[in-house]
Amino acid sequence: MSVKKLGLRQRYEHMTRGLDWETSYQPMDKVFPYDQFEGIKIKDWSAWEDPFRLTMDSYWKFQAEKERKLYAVLDSFAQNNGQTNISDARYINAVKLFLTGISPEEYQAHRGFAFAGRHLRGAGTRVAAQMQSIDELRHLQTQVHTISHYNKFFDGLGEFPHMHDRVWYLSVPKSFFDDARSAGPFEFMIAIGFAFEYLLTNLLFVPFMSGAAYNGDMSTVTFGFSAQSDESRHMTLGIEVIKFLLEQHPDNLPIVQKWVDKWFWRGHRLLGLVAMMMDYMLPKKVMSWKEAWDIYFVEAGGSLFQDLGRYGLKMPKYADIATEEAEHISHQNWAVFYQYTHAAAFHTWMPDAEHLDWLSAKYPNTFDKYYRPRWEMWAKMEKEGKRFYNGALPQLCQCCQIPMAYTEPGDPTTICFRSSKYKDDTYHFCSDGCKDIFDAEPEKFSQAWLPVHQIFQGNCGGPTVPDVLNWYHLNNGVDNMDYVGSPDEKIWNEWHAENTRKAV
Amino acid sequence: MPVTAIVPDYESYVEIRDVQKNFHGNILVFVHWEQHLSFCSAIAFPLPPTMPFDALVSDVIAPHYAAHPDAAKIDWTKAVWSIDGEIATPDFNASLVENGLHHKSLIRFWTPGLPGIAYS
Repeated sequence: MSVKKLGLRQRYEHMTRGLDWETSYQPMDKVFPYDQFEGIKIKDWSAWEDPFRLTMDSYWKFQAEKERKLYAVLDSFAQNNGQTNISDARYINAVKLFLTGISPEEYQAHRGFAFAGRHLRGAGTRVAAQMQSIDELRHLQTQVHTISHYNKFFDGLGEFPHMHDRVWYLSVPKSFFDDARSAGPFEFMIAIGFAFEYLLTNLLFVPFMSGAAYNGDMSTVTFGFSAQSDESRHMTLGIEVIKFLLEQHPDNLPIVQKWVDKWFWRGHRLLGLVAMMMDYMLPKKVMSWKEAWDIYFVEAGGSLFQDLGRYGLKMPKYADIATEEAEHISHQNWAVFYQYTHAAAFHTWMPDAEHLDWLSAKYPNTFDKYYRPRWEMWAKMEKEGKRFYNGALPQLCQCCQIPMAYTEPGDPTTICFRSSKYKDDTYHFCSDGCKDIFDAEPEKFSQAWLPVHQIFQGNCGGPTVPDVLNWYHLNNGVDNMDYVGSPDEKIWNEWHAENTRKAV
Repeated sequence: MPVTAIVPDYESYVEIRDVQKNFHGNILVFVHWEQHLSFCSAIAFPLPPTMPFDALVSDVIAPHYAAHPDAAKIDWTKAVWSIDGEIATPDFNASLVENGLHHKSLIRFWTPGLPGIAYS
């Protein structure tokens, strides 16, 4: 008797759902204790449409092939001293921001999807979440391997895992993922699977990967390509999750809408760091943050929510405010890092004349009016030997943990202050979006570990800036301060002086 | 609205990290100079609640804003103050607490005639 080969679909069914069973020694509710408390109602787990039919054996095969290609490029990049061919050493600061601020979140996403992949009751959903969990771990690993080559030449990269848990501005991405991972599995899937990996993903990956391509960083570009097919799987999972939840029960709609509102706003705040990178840190620019926001959120996000409208889901609350802020957020964030350059693990600089004109052209409504005068004043002070620093510590938002540097909607000249009372204490917020998130769950957000307050409480190595930097493992005078005068600049200039000598 | 949690007694596990007793006798005070966005946000200080308001101005606020070209021109007698959202006339000889400040209070001040350099 000849054994018939299974079709792809049949094979997939056997390898995923076929491996699932109804437990009998223990009630299913005890085996899956996390998938009900959030109030989400699932009538029929088997209605889950698997967005991609990938089995574990083909997954390994596929990923291994991509890894071989990636590591071949990394080897040749290293052998050819690719680091000398990037646009300018200033570019490496974008890589530093990526490795310290994004890569550890790949690991957090790995942990979060592993949790969802254990605790959601439906076998199809679990398998999809498990594969994404492995993807995220692989992304962290390949990013570390890709960027490790730059660590041989440039500062600020070597202590990224330690810094992630301690440095003031890295508490922004850290607390974002801590929030998602300490929520239930459904909220995690909407937070990271839908809001982050579907709605906002292009605003994260396009800037970094195109930025790498424009600036001669072939190794990071190759990492980007190797992650691309994973990312499209993640996007499909994100959209399937939201449709599945909305189709299962009408009671799910208000819960999902609340999560979409929350995680859109949290994502918007987090991406402000990417906005700053795009407009200020790339020697060769891709496009402005405003342009990226218009393409990927206003247009693409707009038509997505038109599509999701049939389930009753509305555009996230404060989407209009976020779009207004796209004119300001990159400038306001760069101002933060410029004045706190002594406490940042990357270098800063004031834009030169050409860069200022690019910003004026990209932000005709706002840049010359609100930001150019500030940059010109600081550049002048720098020339006079009075480089502008902020000698105090900033007030932080209780929710997003970013210094409260954002301005009132409709008034870019006044800082936006919001506050709430909870159990006799006052909590401060940068925006209505962050205040709403706190007010919905004050028990959770009143526990925030705010870096500035922790320093004052004496929990961060000591009272002085050098004490705290030491506790951060931030090499004072090397990792921080302006690019001009840094060891990064010195090594870059040496390489290029050598090239010029050879050419003569 | 309460937190959505898997345990019914979530609140009993809550540890608020920024309660006043964690600041070694100080209260947290936030200060912001309006129309001077060179200082990207309000700035934070742990201060003794008994500190006189004029010491707050001369020893804390003034030196931390000194880097701005407008700073030397400030006439503190003309400054307009707001404490926790209310316009206030602080008594410079009284303490922070006597002036209505508490843990995590926000002080905003305006310096008429000094609008910054295009609000910077």
